[in-house]
Amino acid sequence: MDVPLGIPFEHVIYLAIILFLIGVVGILIRRNVIFILLSLEVMMNACGLAFIAAGARWGEADGQVMFMFILALAAAEVAVALGLVVQLSRRFRTLDIDAASEMTG
Amino acid sequence: MSMLWIVPALPLAGFLILFVTEGKLPKMAVAAIGAGSVGLSALVALFVGIEFMGSGSTSYAQDLWTWMAVGEFSVPVTLYLDRLALVMVGVITGVGFLIHLYATGYMWEEEGYSRFFAYMNLFVFAMLLLVLGDSLLLLFLGWEGVGLCSYLLIGFFHTDPANGYAARKAFVVTRVGDTLLILGLFLLFREIGTLDIQESIAGAKEAWPNGSTMNTAIALLLLGGAVGKSAQVPLQTWLPDAMAGPTPVSALIHAATMVTAGVYLIARMQGIYLLSDTAMLCVAIVGLVTLFIASFTALVQSDIKRVLAFSTMSQIGYMFLALGVGAWSAAIFHLMTHAFFKALLFLASGSVILSLHHEQDMFKMGGLWRKLPIPFWCMAIGSAALVALPLTSGFFSKDAILLTASHSENYGMWLWGGAVAAAFMTSLYTMRMMVITFFGETKMEPHDPSKANMWLPLLVLAALSIGGGWLGFSVLEELFHDGGVHGGLHLDDPIAWATMAVPLLGVAFGYFVFATKAFDRRGMVESAAGKAVGKYWFTGWGFDWIYDTLVVNPFRWLARLNKNDAVDYIFRFTSLVARILHNLLSITQNGRLRWYALTMFAGLLFALVVVAII
Repeated sequence: MDVPLGIPFEHVIYLAIILFLIGVVGILIRRNVIFILLSLEVMMNACGLAFIAAGARWGEADGQVMFMFILALAAAEVAVALGLVVQLSRRFRTLDIDAASEMTG
Repeated sequence: MSMLWIVPALPLAGFLILFVTEGKLPKMAVAAIGAGSVGLSALVALFVGIEFMGSGSTSYAQDLWTWMAVGEFSVPVTLYLDRLALVMVGVITGVGFLIHLYATGYMWEEEGYSRFFAYMNLFVFAMLLLVLGDSLLLLFLGWEGVGLCSYLLIGFFHTDPANGYAARKAFVVTRVGDTLLILGLFLLFREIGTLDIQESIAGAKEAWPNGSTMNTAIALLLLGGAVGKSAQVPLQTWLPDAMAGPTPVSALIHAATMVTAGVYLIARMQGIYLLSDTAMLCVAIVGLVTLFIASFTALVQSDIKRVLAFSTMSQIGYMFLALGVGAWSAAIFHLMTHAFFKALLFLASGSVILSLHHEQDMFKMGGLWRKLPIPFWCMAIGSAALVALPLTSGFFSKDAILLTASHSENYGMWLWGGAVAAAFMTSLYTMRMMVITFFGETKMEPHDPSKANMWLPLLVLAALSIGGGWLGFSVLEELFHDGGVHGGLHLDDPIAWATMAVPLLGVAFGYFVFATKAFDRRGMVESAAGKAVGKYWFTGWGFDWIYDTLVVNPFRWLARLNKNDAVDYIFRFTSLVARILHNLLSITQNGRLRWYALTMFAGLLFALVVVAII
């Protein structure tokens, strides 16, 4: 049972995995807080894509509901994270995430 | 007689009060509690004693409670009073009270007044437990309590490390004897199956024929315990060092009561000893050897308290000799009179020492007899009893011992001869001590600290030292059904004449040597041989040297070798491993967010791979 556009389910999942891995690599190699947040957004959207695709694959509405939740979560996360970014730049005069490792764990 | 339990309870109560209040009570209250508890205890003991003697029974047992019960084995806490225990209780509480009273004055200026009396009361309690205990286990409890208190009191002036060493030495040396004692108790329990004193003696009489090996072994092990506590050869080295304690402690523990615990033990277990001639002979020989060694050592000491310490050893040697020849009541009689006159000698010498600002060297004293009349006359009376001048208390008791020894079947005349020769030495060193301390030219100006609470006990003890002999006859008659004490003078017996004459000869000779200038003893003392012998005697016949070489120094060497404790390496290795692991893990906690994320994803990947493989 294919989706109307005719894109195979597997391809969508591959795309989601690639997007997720891009996000992971971004988090691991980027030091700038803004880019880390961007990478997180990419990962979340990869998850959302996987949900949509799965919902379409089995004809269930749950996938789309889950995407709604992810959107709400992303909005909230961005609100908090941007606050943290502002604080970080005020305190340390930089956006380098490693500057905030003073407590060393 | 039902008041018997109060006798040990009062000193215990005194100890607990002084212990709990931690020295916050005023000194007068401490003195009242410390001396009062023992005084009241002595009064109760007196009433109990009168009632007991009046009742005509031979023993009285008071069950208090069950100490422990395991299966069929149970140890009741039972107080057992017979004439032997009565004499001991009388000596402990009576003489103990006089010494406590004296100590209230003697220790007045010292730090730790309350602590001192707490220990003293605990000591009296432990000693009472020892003599009143109905089972050998209870006796052993008191025995160990006495050892503990002796440790605490010898090291009472704890700011000087030398005193701590003396205290440890006393504790460890007596511990050797205690180990032998407890081995003897184990053996007795295994063979007879009870630790009740009367039952075990009766059981031993049934189980073993005369002279059986097991019985002899037990008797000798018990003798080992007695030798340790009573400072007899070969475990005598702790007693002279124990003089580091305050003088009332020396009087109470190291003269009047604790060192007699060994004598009591053997007298109490006489049923065991009577079954073994070998053990009896060993007791007599231990006594005689100690008697000799201690007399010669006392002759060359310069510290007045050490002279008295060695004379204590030799007098207890007399008691062991008496026990060894079966003169039980003579031994206990001498124990009692010795408690009187040795306490008197120690307390009087304490007065001398205190008046000279804690000077104990006899050669720095001299000419004190006019300036310190009470201590002088008390010392003179005590010395008279010590050398057994006729009609003093020491005369009757020592006479009883020597006469019984001379009639003994086991080498009787040899024992008698040795003991009489030692009696001559006793006279000699006593004269030396008296002459050097009290006569000649004055070297130090004494200040007389006489207070009523100090000279009153001296006078009472002096009276007892003279008249105590008659006190003994009434109580001690038929004590052990061995004919009692042969009191009075035996004018028809040449041995009795010799026994009586030798101390007099000794005193006369001592006077000739030490007090007159007719005899030049410098030449003898200062010749090379004289010096060598004097030095040898001074060190107590080299026993300390032997023990230091054989035991103490090898042990120290081993301890130094094992300074880092080989066993500890195992545990130190465990802690090292834990520390390395900790360091490894703490590296990962570096505070870098991306590192944490990486490890998280690595862990996730790992989990996925594991799931995929499985």
